[in-house]
Parts: sequence; structure tokens; C-alpha cells
Amino acid sequence: MGVAKYTKDEKGAIKEVIYQSGIKVKPVYGPEDLEKAGFTYEQDLGAPGDYPFTRSLHPQSYRSRAWTTRQYTGFGTPEETNKRFKLMIANGQNGLNVAFDLPTQMGYDSDHPLAEGEVGRVGMAIDSLKDFETAFAEIPLDRIGSGLTINGVATIMMAMYQATAEKFGYSKDQISTTPQNDILKEMIGRGAWIFPVEHGVRLVGDSIEYAVKELPKSNPVSICGYHIRESGATPAQEIAYAFEIAKAYIDTVTARGIKPEDFVGRFSFNFNVYGNLWEQIAKFRAARKLWAKMLKTEYGVTDKKKLFLRGLFGGGGSGLTKEQPENNIMRSAYYALGAALSGAQTTALCSFDEAYTIPTPRSALLSLRTLEILMDEVGLRDTVDPLAGSYFIETLTLEMEEKIIEEMEEVQKWGGMTKSISEGFIQRKVSRQAYEYEKGLQSGEYRKVGIVPTSESGNRPEQETQKTDVELHEYNQEWAEKSKVNLIELRRTRNDKDVSDSLKALEKAARGTDNVMPYLVTCCHAYATVGEMAGVFRDVFGEWNEPEFY
Amino acid sequence: METTNKIRVLIAKPGLDGHDKGAKIVALALRDAGMEVIYSGLHQTLNQIIQTATQEAVDVIGLSIMSGAHLPICKRLITMMKEQGLDDIRLIVGGVIPYQDIPELKEMGVAAVFPGGISFEDIITGMNKLFE
Repeated sequence: MGVAKYTKDEKGAIKEVIYQSGIKVKPVYGPEDLEKAGFTYEQDLGAPGDYPFTRSLHPQSYRSRAWTTRQYTGFGTPEETNKRFKLMIANGQNGLNVAFDLPTQMGYDSDHPLAEGEVGRVGMAIDSLKDFETAFAEIPLDRIGSGLTINGVATIMMAMYQATAEKFGYSKDQISTTPQNDILKEMIGRGAWIFPVEHGVRLVGDSIEYAVKELPKSNPVSICGYHIRESGATPAQEIAYAFEIAKAYIDTVTARGIKPEDFVGRFSFNFNVYGNLWEQIAKFRAARKLWAKMLKTEYGVTDKKKLFLRGLFGGGGSGLTKEQPENNIMRSAYYALGAALSGAQTTALCSFDEAYTIPTPRSALLSLRTLEILMDEVGLRDTVDPLAGSYFIETLTLEMEEKIIEEMEEVQKWGGMTKSISEGFIQRKVSRQAYEYEKGLQSGEYRKVGIVPTSESGNRPEQETQKTDVELHEYNQEWAEKSKVNLIELRRTRNDKDVSDSLKALEKAARGTDNVMPYLVTCCHAYATVGEMAGVFRDVFGEWNEPEFY
Repeated sequence: METTNKIRVLIAKPGLDGHDKGAKIVALALRDAGMEVIYSGLHQTLNQIIQTATQEAVDVIGLSIMSGAHLPICKRLITMMKEQGLDDIRLIVGGVIPYQDIPELKEMGVAAVFPGGISFEDIITGMNKLFE
């Protein structure tokens, strides 16, 4: 049943439950469990809004403010994306979460041979500042914050966002952007890396340093346990690996003479919500506590607000099934319930049709409505951290904390996160777990509604002819053509000298130790293309070679 | 086939998409089923895939595609394989593949399609059938 391991007796009664993170769950919990674990209210919980923030970051949580919803959006041309942004904002969404197409994510222009067939497919195609100006036209950038799902070229897109805002008359201290910018997790899962590990980490360091000095309302990095979990990590590993990645970034910025106190408050996180409900809730509560404790004790951070584990808890893609896709609507609602019970600040849901297609307006709005129902209809804003004090939840939260620490210690034994990734330790472990889990799912050891175990299904030729009512998002070849035409026009009309001067200056910065960010902003204003800027980095840094995964 | 009758397969990730969990777990499953599996790594051009397939003398190329670009990618790879006289290598495809695209893929010469959600057993059986 579910993602946990269940052992039953001959009558079907459950004898044993083991969660993915390796925690055994008892049939009944009582005060003796908390006593045995040495639980105290002051040390382990504290009031909402007080250290260690297990209960909530803010004293009133959803009473004062409901969560921010940011559905992942973007496809086709900047014009199309701009329309969808406006649709989502008109329907009550209060932040953007921008999807880029693969050529943009990998630093290629729309007319590059490797971009063929991919332009505008999984996100919007961005070649230059012109495209950003179109995509964000009439969006109030001083009120609406934007998450940018970009990693390999996050520095370029941050610069692009600033340049766009400046074009529109905003100053850089008014805008709020959160580029994903977590290159180390790309190397574990998701795979949109370009440069070797040390150069990737340097660019993350440059963007953090720049944000600290120049972009007071922006959050330069969003560390994603999310994709690590999607790749096969357990919930405890998801948090542990994200924290070890965070430590790698903290170390690289600290080495530049900046104190953790001055920048860790700008980190945000992106965590996954799929899996066993209780395990997720305990995971988020333990994570908030552990992050605050770690910053305080290991990095000497004292300002309370800088100890906050802020972020988006949402998504849940790996929990959704291709079989009976309508079931995903209900599944996502329960995942979102878990996020709400954990006090998620920001959230988003995968749409039920994502195993088939880019979400249509109908399915994207359905996700938004699911989130609204929780906040506005069924009472999730009523009181802060409603599960606090539950014998089970508090015991589980303590056990999750221990598991997370164990997983972090393993990474430290391997020599830290950068080394663990360069050598492939993490990738091998996570892939092996994903394989074992998938086998368990297919054999019926794990139960997923709508999935028939192989042992019971016999030969399943019906799969190939299976019909669903999913409406497919159409890919439009004209988007690519339009992007190419725009590129030709851009190259004809821009000032070539400005472009080449700015790119030369960028190259010099990349080869040396100057922060590349201000140089990128200049390149963007000169209408240098993403491919040109990333091309400079490719020449200077080279590309990463993945380690063997088995 | 050579001295052994083990199926040699190249699991390959063409193009820019980096979602490789599916490719990796299928590679592990095929290996456990006794096949010889080579994994290409990410961000491969079709030329690189053909080169590896030739060097490694594989019987099957298995593409893993999540981005929705399976039709143009397969079409181009099949053309390139024909041009280079590699018609004896079977091409199979897995990933986010809508069922309605399967007939078109088969028509262009894809030997088997294994959309997400299919079991390891069905993949292995399907692959063995190609060599009966």
C-alpha cells in the first residue's frame, strides 16, 4: 500500500509499517513515546514563530496570510506565455513560476542545431532581452514576484530579469525574483547542467554575492530537494541532500569574505509533497527545525528571520500515474493537504495530465482551485500547526530529524556534496533506490491505485490501445519559426559593437575572479543572446562529464 | 549475433532533456534481465548515439524521450540509420509517449514503443520478441 512497506497477516490485518525514510510506525502512540524521546515543548517545538520554528515561521501563519500559489507556467513564444501569465494572475495567482524551453535551459539560441524540435516545447523560448520584454509586458514587477526555473544559465536569466525591469522603469531594488539556480541538484536529477561542478558552483556563488549587494528583494537560489526526491531519494534524503547542497553554496560564498548571516536569509527551498501523508508532514516540520538549528550552531547566524526555512512545498509529480489520470486530481488534493498541514508558505501542484502533456488551461486552473479549496473552503487557515502535540506526529518529527542527520553524515563521510556528486555516489544510490521502488510497485509490494501489479495482469496488450480523455497541449512548429525570424531581425538591428564589447568584458570576468553578474546585465541591455553569453561560459569553463551511474 | 546470444542494448538520451530516471531504471532492469546494457549519458546528439551504437555493436537502440519531441527525433534517427546502413539495429522508444502517437512511430520503423507506466516485464518480453 502506498509508498511505505506494509506487512500483513493472513487475515489482511497490518502487522508492520515501514516508511521510505526507514522509520517503523507503531499501531498506537501515547505520552510514553514522547517521554522516551525526551520531547519537550520549549526545545522541540516552541511557539509558532519562535525558534526552532517546528510549528511555523510566523506566529499567525495562514491566519495572517494564506499561502502563495505559483503554478509552473510557460510554453511557446513569449507572447503565448505572457497571455497565460495574465490568465493565472487574473484568476488569483499571486506569483509567477516561469518555465523555459530546453534550448534556453541549456544555453542555446532557437536557431542552434541542437534546439531543433525543442523550441518552445516545455517552456518559453528566450533568446534575448526582447523576449523577456514581451513575456513580462504589463506584469507589475514590483508586486508580482517571479520564480525562474533555470539553473545552468541562471545568472543570465537573473541579469535578464533585472534588465527587463529597468527597461520598464522599475529599479533593481523593487523587483523580486527567485531563480532556481541550484546546479548541484541538476547533477543528481533533472539534468539541465552545462559546466563542470566547480564552475557551476562558482556561478551560483556570483549570483548570491550579487543579490546580497544589488538585489535586496530577490532570492538568488532555491535549493531543490524536489528533483532529488523525484529521482529516487527518500524523504529524509531529500532534506539531507538539499541541506548538504546548501552548505556547499554557503561555503563558496563565505570563502569570498561574506558572513553567512548576510546571505542565508535569501536562500529558499523547493520540496516535494508526494508520498505518505504523515511522513511528509513530519519531514517539513523536522526540516524547518533542523535548518534553523544548523544555521545557528554551525554558522553562527543570530537574526531570527535568517533562520527561516522558506520555500515552496508542492508538485508531487512522481506520485501521479499515467494510468487513470483523473485519480491524480484527488491525489494532488491530498498532497496539498499535507503541504497545508505542514504550513507551506508557497505551493504549486503538478496537473493531473502531466504524464501526457503540458497542462492545458483547464488542468492548470484545476490545480489552482484545489489549492483555493483548502485555504478558503475547508478550514486550513483556521489555526496554526493543527497537528502539534499529536503523540504520533511529534514522535515521527523527532525520528525524521534523526534520519535526516544520519543521511547528512553519510554525505560528509563521502567528502561533502560537491565530491559526492563529482564521483557519482549520490546518483548511483538514488538511481538504485528508484529501481528498487519501481520493482516493488510493479510486483504489488507497493500499492498504487489504478496500477495493476504484473503478477495479476498477465499479458497487457490493452495498454497500447488504452484511451484517455486527456486533452493534449499542441506543439506548434510556428513558434520555432517565429523565434528564428525574431533572432534574424535582432541580429540585424542591434548595435554590434555594444554586443561584442559586452561579451568580451564578460569573457574577461569569467576567466578571472570578477563577479560575472554586472557584465551579464550589460550584455542583456546590449541584446546579446542567451546562446552568445552561455557560449562565452562554454569556451571558458568547458562542459561537465557525468560519472558512470552503475 | 556473436558467441553469446545476449541482447546488447544502448539506452540513450537524445537531445537536451535531462530527465534520466526512466532511462536509468530501465537500464538496470534490462541488465538484471541478462542483457548487456550501455547507457549513453545525457544530452546526446543523434550522431553521437549512432557512433556509440556502432562502436559497441549493439542490437538495439532504446531512446528515452520525455519532452514530447519523439516524432521528429525518431524520424531523423531512422533516416540517419538507413543512410549509414544500420538497418539491422532495432530502434525502440520509451518515455512520455501519448498512445495515439504509437501507430505513427511504428509506421516510420520504430520496432517497439514502451510508454511510461509499462512494466519491466512487458519491456523485456517485448524486446525478446524482436529477436525470436
